[in-house]
Amino acid sequence: MAFDSFSAFIAMEGHGPYVWACYAVFAVLLVGLMVWSSRHHQAVMASCKRRYQQQENSTSARPKQAATFARVEVSQE
Amino acid sequence: MWQFFHKLGSPKWFFGIATRFMPWLLAIGIILLLAGLVWGLAFAPKDYLQGNSYRIIFIHVPTAFLAQSIYIMMASAAVVTLVWRMKLADVFVKTVAPVGLVFTFLSLFTGAVWGKPTWGTWWVWDARLTSMLILLFLYGGAIALDRAINDEKSAARAVAVLVLVGVVNIPIIKYSVEWWNTLHQPATFKLTEKPSMPVEMWVPLLLSVLGLYLLFGWLACLRMKTEIVMREQKTRWVRELVMAGRG
Repeated sequence: MAFDSFSAFIAMEGHGPYVWACYAVFAVLLVGLMVWSSRHHQAVMASCKRRYQQQENSTSARPKQAATFARVEVSQE
Repeated sequence: MWQFFHKLGSPKWFFGIATRFMPWLLAIGIILLLAGLVWGLAFAPKDYLQGNSYRIIFIHVPTAFLAQSIYIMMASAAVVTLVWRMKLADVFVKTVAPVGLVFTFLSLFTGAVWGKPTWGTWWVWDARLTSMLILLFLYGGAIALDRAINDEKSAARAVAVLVLVGVVNIPIIKYSVEWWNTLHQPATFKLTEKPSMPVEMWVPLLLSVLGLYLLFGWLACLRMKTEIVMREQKTRWVRELVMAGRG
């Protein structure tokens, strides 16, 4: 350990604010970028899945409708 | 060799490989980076000249190093985009540019904060700092240009040209500390020489550079996978993959 106590570690002989500010900004941006990227990936995968399911529903529903012969009531008069 | 090259160009093949490597990149990257930073912050001896403020080096050098090497990788991918029209190369350039922007910003920010106690000023318009600022603008320009053009193929080509033109800045950054009389100190690491620092200082620095490199690899794989899914969503393999919940 390069420091005698925990408070000396935090203070860094007056350079603490500079050092800790750098490490804080670095941590926030790096972790933020990683979390944002993986959330974005999950969101894209989920929206694709939803779209595929919709497509499957609409393609499996349509042939049924096409097979029924609905009687159209049209006046002959 | 050529077969490998063609395989590498296949989004499906890349997706599988990336999925397999990503947990390792993440785990080893976090371990190395944390080890380097904790060692550098708490255990490395203090600098006889700069005192404790020099501990910023353990994030300043890795981010600056990555900022430049990401740009070189992007420029290589830009050549591949222009010459071979390989899909993945364009995906790489597009998805990695924001990561490069963040790392360049971090190296400028940490450099400014380090400059205050060391040089007595946040910013000077010296060659190294100015050329790094230009790198930041190049990343920003590549991102903005990509967003400005709707057509995917023309956007890819325009961005590739911009990135290639900007690569002239990289040797300027590298040699700025030797060509001009700058306030910035010369490189800490050189491939050909022994480091000018004691072992207890450069080993943690090396660890954090390697760790950040691996985390960049993880980020690149993840972001490329997202882009591939968006671009190839009409293909059968992406459909099967998404429906199975893999990736």
